[in-house]
Amino acid sequence: MHSDHDHHDHDHDHDNHYSDMQARVLALETVLTEKGLIDPLALDAIVETYETKIGPRNGARVVAKAWADGAFSEWLAIDATSAIASLGYTGRQGEHMRAVFNTNETHNLVVCTLCSCYPWSVLGLPPVWYKAPAYRAKAVMDPRGVLSDFGVALPQDKKVRVWDSTAELRYLVVPQRPEGTEGWSEERLAELVTRDSMIGTGLARSAGEVAA
Amino acid sequence: MNGPHDLGGQMGHGPVRPETDEPYFHGDWEKRALGVTLACGAFGAWTIDESRHARENIAPAAYLSASYYEIWIRALEVLLKRHRFVTEAELAAGHSLGPGATPRRVLEAAMVPSVLAKGGPCDRPAEGAPVFVVGQRVRTRNIHTLGHTRLPRYARAKTGVIEAVQGFFVYPDDNAHGRGENPQWVYTVVFDGREIWGEGSDPTLTVSIDAWESYLEPV
Repeated sequence: MHSDHDHHDHDHDHDNHYSDMQARVLALETVLTEKGLIDPLALDAIVETYETKIGPRNGARVVAKAWADGAFSEWLAIDATSAIASLGYTGRQGEHMRAVFNTNETHNLVVCTLCSCYPWSVLGLPPVWYKAPAYRAKAVMDPRGVLSDFGVALPQDKKVRVWDSTAELRYLVVPQRPEGTEGWSEERLAELVTRDSMIGTGLARSAGEVAA
Repeated sequence: MNGPHDLGGQMGHGPVRPETDEPYFHGDWEKRALGVTLACGAFGAWTIDESRHARENIAPAAYLSASYYEIWIRALEVLLKRHRFVTEAELAAGHSLGPGATPRRVLEAAMVPSVLAKGGPCDRPAEGAPVFVVGQRVRTRNIHTLGHTRLPRYARAKTGVIEAVQGFFVYPDDNAHGRGENPQWVYTVVFDGREIWGEGSDPTLTVSIDAWESYLEPV
């Protein structure tokens, strides 16, 4: 967490102790703090929020509820922003949500080829690979190749739909509900929902993969 | 702009490399980079569109070899200098050397939960009716602007179908350059994979973009 940034003797910007980016960010934070433009405690609060409060467990709860509750699933399909907000998940990079549902016919995959748009309110911060060139380049052209990089193979006749997040809509994939989970509680169902399954680079875990 | 950020369909980047047990941050500096980027965004001095354009303007070799947090920091330095909050000399010295611009707001720790929970909605009250209707065939324009745009190269001059009218949203091509929000209708336009990638491409593939009305023309 936040160390002794404020007190560190910073006359040695290029001290070997720091990598270039460590030094660069430390310099930036120091200048901004000295000018009263940022509150280092606010930075701590932002980091803590995304380390402990906003992450893929939020999205898993949305998916599990959609699986268990037909009315919620319909609401999610029609007005995802409101349906998701009803569970308490709102805000930054989740202001305009859309849910897309995997079916027997179609698999959905989400990408942002132009930057790193990602539904933070339900999935938290994007993983490194989501923001890196390989995924952004390949997802729109060869999604099956991407899936293969994740060890996932779809039936050859399954349709693949790729959603490029070029505007301010943020997409949540609702994976297919695994077989053999009839009667499961939402809490237990949520255990099956991985982050990657909500991006479309994975599938939900099978019933046997979670402890009874 | 046809910048290094416009990656759809580029080749040579190798396989996607998922990380087992990926940590939230790879080093403390990434935490501070996240925090400082969001805290400076809260000044209200620039829009998300201007910040995206600052990232796109990083030179291609640097952009493609940088991690995304590095891209954020490089762009943030540009924005802070452009809006006169800091100087190059200050960044080099690592210390404040004098007063600069005053932001509308400084993000305090107590404000963080409400600011993050509120976000920054980009939709605006609709004016007029959408020009295109669901099911209509449209062609994307062949635009190669020097400025900011959210129409990716791979999807220009391609014929697709309007799948949804998504709402009335701030137009980034103008807003990134201080020309006003000028909101427009946004549509989800879906393309057959072969329309984009040609013969021999995956016959099961469809790709959609979310397009502002002025990216589109009737077929």
